[in-house]
Amino acid sequence: MKYIGKFDPQKDEVVRVMDKDGKIINPKLAPSISDEELIKAYSIMNLSRRQDDYQNKMQRQGRLLSFLSSTGQEACEVAYTMVIDPKNDFFVSGYRNNAAWLTMGQTVRNIMLYWAGNEAGAKAPEGVNSLPPNIIIGSQYSQATGIAFAEKYQGKKGVAVTTTGDGGMSEGETYEAMNFAKLHELPVVFVCENNKWAISTPTVQQTKSLNIAVKAIATGMPSIKVDGNDFLASYAVAKEAVEFARSGNGPVLIEFDTYRLGAHSSSDAPDVYRPKGEFEDRVPYEPLIRLKAYMIEKGIWSEEKQTALNEEQDKHIAAEFAWVEQNKNYPIEDIFNYQYAELTEDLKNQLTEAKEFFAKYPETKDGGHH
Amino acid sequence: MAVINNIKAVTEALDVAMDRDKNVIVFGEDVGLEGGVFRATQGLQQKYGIERSFNAPISEAMFAGVGLGMAMNGMKPVVELQFQGLGLPALQNVIANISRMRNRSRGKWTAPMVIRMPMGGGIRALEHHSEALEAIFAHIPGIKTVMPSTPYDTKGLLLAAIESPDPVIVLEPTKLYRAFKQEVPDGYYTVAIGEGYKIQEGNDLTIVTYGAQTVDCMKAVEMIKSTHPTASIELIDLRSIQPWDKKMVIESVKKTGRLLVVSEAVRSFGVPAEIIATVNENCFDSLKAPLARCTGYDVVIPYDRGEGFHQVNPQKVVEAIKKVLDYKF
Repeated sequence: MKYIGKFDPQKDEVVRVMDKDGKIINPKLAPSISDEELIKAYSIMNLSRRQDDYQNKMQRQGRLLSFLSSTGQEACEVAYTMVIDPKNDFFVSGYRNNAAWLTMGQTVRNIMLYWAGNEAGAKAPEGVNSLPPNIIIGSQYSQATGIAFAEKYQGKKGVAVTTTGDGGMSEGETYEAMNFAKLHELPVVFVCENNKWAISTPTVQQTKSLNIAVKAIATGMPSIKVDGNDFLASYAVAKEAVEFARSGNGPVLIEFDTYRLGAHSSSDAPDVYRPKGEFEDRVPYEPLIRLKAYMIEKGIWSEEKQTALNEEQDKHIAAEFAWVEQNKNYPIEDIFNYQYAELTEDLKNQLTEAKEFFAKYPETKDGGHH
Repeated sequence: MAVINNIKAVTEALDVAMDRDKNVIVFGEDVGLEGGVFRATQGLQQKYGIERSFNAPISEAMFAGVGLGMAMNGMKPVVELQFQGLGLPALQNVIANISRMRNRSRGKWTAPMVIRMPMGGGIRALEHHSEALEAIFAHIPGIKTVMPSTPYDTKGLLLAAIESPDPVIVLEPTKLYRAFKQEVPDGYYTVAIGEGYKIQEGNDLTIVTYGAQTVDCMKAVEMIKSTHPTASIELIDLRSIQPWDKKMVIESVKKTGRLLVVSEAVRSFGVPAEIIATVNENCFDSLKAPLARCTGYDVVIPYDRGEGFHQVNPQKVVEAIKKVLDYKF
């Protein structure tokens, strides 16, 4: 083990490879990763950031629902999903995981469709074990634990990765799930993206723990704190944790120390609760700037490439949104068809009733509220 | 008298209650500085201090359980759950502990606490933000459940809930938080838990509703005039779900002979079914048509793009009214 067990959460030790300017400060801790993989990771981070920006604009225009942006948290999200196999492993997400969803193979189109209010967007493509966004905070931890139990019980080799925020770690279920996972030595990696704010509640009003990582100690499982805005550190630790869990050593908790640069959701205004100057202080540490600087220094990236990538991604995002706007509605059958394996007699009757009503009064299908 | 909306009515009620009794405190997710997701508690921390209005670590089960402990020990906690669907982890404590404490301690310990939560659809929210689960609460002995629809009732019922010696669940329809304003008395007053409000008198049909559907029903009553100009409709806003105003509803149906109950919740095993059963037991000899309900369907509350299919709307109510009024034996 290069990281797990070597960094003591009780001393608040943090794994960090690069500084805020993308300079490698701990070369011994740097992971082995190809240039292609690095560029791929950066491209997804960039795509996620631009998608967030675009969605914010669309939400302001009333064309998308309120959504939760990953802005500022892209490095760890891409890192911990890049190190698992979307087909055989599982990602059990929270609701703020855009960069992770993209890395798993969810499409921009589907994510936008979801935020446009159509459940079809929550369905992951074939071969992508990425569960729908979990809105009830923290309960994804026990679902991931159950998935991991089934993997182990059935003799499969999959690992479950699940994530919540610093606020989510106050939910009792997160501890309960970790306790069970350790008891059964399950292949699950628990992630906490400590972005410092649970809506308007800062981490210091959430816990008196030295950090989030120490919350695993009572369960007996190892845990580790990482600079979550440092892609290289995040990737290195996530990779080791997944291998650790896959090899039968039981679960791990990783705390990614990151920062939510945006609002909690597109419906709130962080200026009301965030101390003046805090955001500005954190911007220089944000992950895209750091990884880009590192890649330019390494000679594998340039401003020209950045401009080309931005143009290509912006075009893609706009085209996908145009599709979503054309296809966001669905037929009435869709609200009935997924209740049970087969429609019950009652539901068949209710569907008939609903179809007759909306055939007669199609103008009321928006409920009169928008 | 101030002219205020429902959200301001919540704030005013809490302000009045906190001013009167230092044992009244409010807490929940983000209720402190920012005033909660709908700003219902905005300004209370500034006025009453961080000890009486504060952010709690996110754990709804704990909110309810801690609230119970406070209530058993002389305080008056008002717990805010951010949304009804997101408050489900608290349900265990509501059902297993809060509702039972008076009974299981033979009256030695009681739970005079309030749990408030936004509920219902129509606000373009995400999954778990639009549930209408009043039937679940109403089904549990030992708690009281109210659902105001107007600013006057919101303030008065919340103050009554805080005054109540029993635990009260206050369900606040999100769709109505900022939908309209009304004159509301300054200072302290209560609306009695269990008393309905007759919005209008009538002789041919009783409509019983509550929450956001009160507005749908008022629109429907106007709309039906185009096809049934002489129909005289009695419209009742129930205001309290459990206990509910059986007397008002029974007297009304005995007079009109017809009943329609309107609720946005899913259809089966809901509050309308309970009202219909009670009316059937008490008014059978007076009935001129089958007792009817207009509700959502028995499906998971759809996301925004499909929510309109599920929601009650004025036209759906109009169709239901016609069916009852035009019924011939």
